[in-house]
Amino acid sequence: MSKNNTEIAPQLKEDLLHQFEATIDSFEAEESPFFVEKRKKAYEEFKLLGFPDNTLESWRKTNLKPFLERAYDIEYLPAKTTSPKESIFQCDINQFDTDLYTMLNGEWVEGANGVTTYDNGTIVANLSIAKLAFPELFEAHFGECVINERNGLIALNSALYQEGYFIYVPDNVEHNTNLQMVNIINSEQSIFTNTRNLVILGKNAKLKLVHCDDSINNNSSFINNVTEICLQEGADLDLYKLQNKDDEAIVMTSTFIRQAKDSNLSSNTIVLNGGLIRNDTHVSLNGRGANADVMGLYLVDRKQIVDNHVYISHNVSNCSSKQVFKGIVDDQAHSIFNGHTMVKQDAQQTIAFQTNNNIQLTSKSKIDTHPFLEIYADDVKCSHGATVGQLDMEAMFYLMQRGICERNARMLLMSAFVRQIINEIALPTMRASVDELVQKRLKGELSACEQCSIQCIDPDKLIHFDIDISKI
Amino acid sequence: MLKIKDLHVSVQGKEIINGLSLEVNKGEVHAIMGPNGTGKSTLASVIAGNESYEVTQGEISYNGKNLLELSIEDRAREGIFLGFQYPVEIPGVSMTNFMRTALDEIREYRGQEPLSAAAFLKYMKEKKALVEMNAKLNNRSVNEGFSGGEKKKNEIFQMAMLEPKLAILDETDSGLDIDALRIVANGVTKLKSPENATIVITHYQRLLDYIVPDFVHVMYDGKIVKTGDKSLALKLEEKGYDWIKEELKAK
Repeated sequence: MSKNNTEIAPQLKEDLLHQFEATIDSFEAEESPFFVEKRKKAYEEFKLLGFPDNTLESWRKTNLKPFLERAYDIEYLPAKTTSPKESIFQCDINQFDTDLYTMLNGEWVEGANGVTTYDNGTIVANLSIAKLAFPELFEAHFGECVINERNGLIALNSALYQEGYFIYVPDNVEHNTNLQMVNIINSEQSIFTNTRNLVILGKNAKLKLVHCDDSINNNSSFINNVTEICLQEGADLDLYKLQNKDDEAIVMTSTFIRQAKDSNLSSNTIVLNGGLIRNDTHVSLNGRGANADVMGLYLVDRKQIVDNHVYISHNVSNCSSKQVFKGIVDDQAHSIFNGHTMVKQDAQQTIAFQTNNNIQLTSKSKIDTHPFLEIYADDVKCSHGATVGQLDMEAMFYLMQRGICERNARMLLMSAFVRQIINEIALPTMRASVDELVQKRLKGELSACEQCSIQCIDPDKLIHFDIDISKI
Repeated sequence: MLKIKDLHVSVQGKEIINGLSLEVNKGEVHAIMGPNGTGKSTLASVIAGNESYEVTQGEISYNGKNLLELSIEDRAREGIFLGFQYPVEIPGVSMTNFMRTALDEIREYRGQEPLSAAAFLKYMKEKKALVEMNAKLNNRSVNEGFSGGEKKKNEIFQMAMLEPKLAILDETDSGLDIDALRIVANGVTKLKSPENATIVITHYQRLLDYIVPDFVHVMYDGKIVKTGDKSLALKLEEKGYDWIKEELKAK
């Protein structure tokens, strides 16, 4: 069934297909036919498609081959491990004022496991339990977003996913505690996981959600994550994604968001570190008055690769969208931005805007940027643009002439560059923490981070950003 | 304080300053005048350490130190301040953070403790009053969206904050209306002390009504060709530079 003989990672693919064949009986025993049928279909699709390779337009710049052809332990079943919870999170996580749910190596840690129901009806649960407990919600929403995707990684995930999170905010509920879902990898084995999340916001529901991908050790790991998000009429979601992985970690996230009338999405993805990080964000604006702001920041150095693909589809009239991504690329790192805004024929009165600005610090680093508008309606307001530049040498001289050393002058200019994205974070405590993390990252101090990104916060003496200007 | 001997400076192979000598002592105000393109701004940039310029010959000593061996920031920390002809806009860097970082580094260099946030704010407030600076400016990014006059006032404000020993003001008066000119000039005069020195680069005698120079130098073709007292500036205002060129030809 191989589509050609140059297929990448054929052995891994074979192993994963076998894995499925070996597990299907237990899936059938545990799950309703709704889920099993989807898995079987996805299995066939993965068999056909295999892993995405460079011949596909959307994978032209990112070559998965060297990353997939490592030895992964796919037999690794997260359930086999007991989670030494106390060793994972000693840190003061409430820096962000959030309710924290932690997953270790793709499995929920003890304590967080199970169904949490808030007084207002909001539900947070691990996927494996939720899919049994809330069949009607899953049957209405699960797998809907990815139904037409022809993507091997998504097919693989849909066939073999085991765990993830499920969040449901009922109609007219403004959930007042921010939820933080932390996904940590800490394993001696090189693990390969397929995590799956489902988030549903009912009519006029409101939620702030923080999703963190962290890793602790330096073994290679491969996370293949799919998240489906459904925003019903008037729903409002702030979605923050923080990624601080080690240099051997590979993270593929595919996030699908369906938006109904007057719903609002504000997404902000901050990539601080990682071996290869690819974030696909796919937004469908399906109801009039929906708005999506998809923002991101990436700071990469050494040989890291970060790839942000954003696809926003304006399917109906009177919607608006914004894509703003900024990045600083150092050493031999490589960043890719691919922003695609589709304005369908009926999507009149669309307002869509996209921009990607980069600072390239070395001549050996590489930046690919591709902002792209595809417009079939005639009454729209759309713009796009991209820049790649160096630090402004005149500004450097100006700062240094006032006594500021080169390092701090660079820091000031880089901080200024990324500020626009950080300022968009609506949670004040998180904005401050991310600001600190970014400062540390820019100074090269964050890579030494031993545990999760959130732990690395302490006051820093070199530069003060603590002046309350309103008092002047 | 500052001793420049036989300075030669090139940019991209073209010699802009050829054999300039100048001595500035503490307590003095020097004005440098001269036609466009004679190397006045280049001289200021070289003293500040701008690496776009190459010193091919000559020496500059500053308080007994070889200035040319010092980094840009160390020159600043040693008390050299350049008031830019075209102050640079730096979006996203607030004036407050900019000045706080600069002052911290200068104080550290001088072995002083950093100012507390409260003390810093008080200090900043005092200096703003001194240069009659609009309070709202500080909340903004460095020079971003400032008018020409605000930018120049901002240069004098930074000078007040950093208390330099040698301030070089490169055409600080250009583009200013008469009120802004007076504010800028008053600021400079207030900051003057027997311990510091000022070099004013200008095209117009008008500024020198406010900042009274001890010496007026005329630069032409990359060197100082004439030096006099403040009456020289009046004569230049009246007669232009042609008579100097004539004199040079006669030699």
